[in-house]
Amino acid sequence: MNAKRYLRLLGVQLKASGLLALQYRADFLAEGLTSLAWTFTALAPLFVVFNARPSIEGWTFQESLLVVGWFTLLQGVLEGAISPSLTGMVEHIRKGTLDFVLLKPADAQFLVSTQRFLPWRAVNVLSGVGLFVYAFVSLGRWPSLPGIFASLVLLATSMLILYSMWILVVSAAFFVVKVDNLTYLFTSIFDAARWPSAVFRGSLAWVFTFIIPLALMTTFPALALLGRLPWTWLVGAVVGAVAFASVARWVWLMSIRHYTSASS
Amino acid sequence: MSLRTSLKALPTMVRIGFSEAVAYRAEMIIWVLATTMPLIMLALWSAVARGGPVGRFGQAEFTGYFLAAFCVRQLTSSWVAWLLSYEVKQGTLAMRLLRPVSPLLAYATEVLAGIPLRIAVVLPVLGISLWAAGAQRAVPTSPGGWGLFALGIVGAWLITFYLNVLLGTLSLYLESSQKLMEVYMVLFFVCSGYMFPVEFFPAGARTVIEWLPFRYQMGLPVELMTGAHAAKEAWRLLGAQWAWVAGLGVVSMAVWRRGLARFAAFGG
Repeated sequence: MNAKRYLRLLGVQLKASGLLALQYRADFLAEGLTSLAWTFTALAPLFVVFNARPSIEGWTFQESLLVVGWFTLLQGVLEGAISPSLTGMVEHIRKGTLDFVLLKPADAQFLVSTQRFLPWRAVNVLSGVGLFVYAFVSLGRWPSLPGIFASLVLLATSMLILYSMWILVVSAAFFVVKVDNLTYLFTSIFDAARWPSAVFRGSLAWVFTFIIPLALMTTFPALALLGRLPWTWLVGAVVGAVAFASVARWVWLMSIRHYTSASS
Repeated sequence: MSLRTSLKALPTMVRIGFSEAVAYRAEMIIWVLATTMPLIMLALWSAVARGGPVGRFGQAEFTGYFLAAFCVRQLTSSWVAWLLSYEVKQGTLAMRLLRPVSPLLAYATEVLAGIPLRIAVVLPVLGISLWAAGAQRAVPTSPGGWGLFALGIVGAWLITFYLNVLLGTLSLYLESSQKLMEVYMVLFFVCSGYMFPVEFFPAGARTVIEWLPFRYQMGLPVELMTGAHAAKEAWRLLGAQWAWVAGLGVVSMAVWRRGLARFAAFGG
């Protein structure tokens, strides 16, 4: 069970998905179009909101655009690398074929999380980057190097959190039998991340910072790019993400233990 | 598939549907949690309204509007498109077709049978709305107003149902209508008044919105619930809504019939 073996395994899985994606080249166009459509939806309310006010809770239109950019980018990561394999996992539970995965001589969480990738969804990542460029051009300045570095660190923590949240949702699939809605539930929770977290007040702010750390995923990186993120927050984000991931791992192990296979 | 058999089976189907809804109540809770977007939008617009009202919307108006949107979404939601495309893919639609009752009627009763449970979710939210926004901004205040709202919500339910049938049936033509459903959801979210009241659109876009069905699925019932329109304007909008109901009814049934002919060709 060494790291090298797992890396090789990941390479194999990635290659298989890549070859599969190349078979359906027309999908590239479809993915591109839907990604653009989604980016537009993310923007439409933004236009409407900032039509009413020049700035909301200290965020201007261009600055909020950065948050939307991070949202779009993470959506690409989520839909390209995280959801496809874990949707497969839900299917496994429903059909009872999870047993085959559990029997394999590798970590089950690793296996189910790497079973499928949708490389075309990388289009979303490109639209996200496009939004960054546009936002900074209209702001008339560029992010600082430490800012970019901090945002890259935060990108890693966001992906970790996103993945852990997804693991938590999938763990719920062991307990709720009819799970078709779970993906939908997840996307709609994640949806709140497209707004700067400053707009949420009271209990909602608390939930989105500590329970479901959405603020950490899109608002923090945007702040980092703007050079407004205190270093302590960055450290807090890293610690928080690792803690969150361990909780998710623990819940996953509990769920696996709870799982009685199709035959027993 | 005579009308009489269908009518005779109807009470039983509703009863089964209700029992199923109760059996899968966890799934319903998940669904309710997944449709909390109006609450997010409420938080957002409240932040906007802190700096002063937007149009006719202050803090209380936004509360009334978005809580009403939450309630309307619960009562008019339909997952028939998803069910249909799933059953086409799995081939289980064939089994449904063997029964002497139209599958569409079965889907419709399944959706309707869940409504009592949904009302149980809606009532507390309505209570909060009454308390936080005041009766004037939360519910119709006259019997006539309630009548208009009832018409509006039935129309909204029917439009959503027919659109779902249409989208689901298209999976008989396309390999998968999954992508199409995504596009539908995008349009619904932006154009229906779900994320912000349609009157916030600039004048040109509003004309387009008035011609699209989405506004009548969400915005109109919400506006009728919160008493945004005078009677004359309300009747005009209801007229447009029911024109959509009629049009979509005819089109979706026609496409469904033709689609079924194709489906029969699948299995030989």
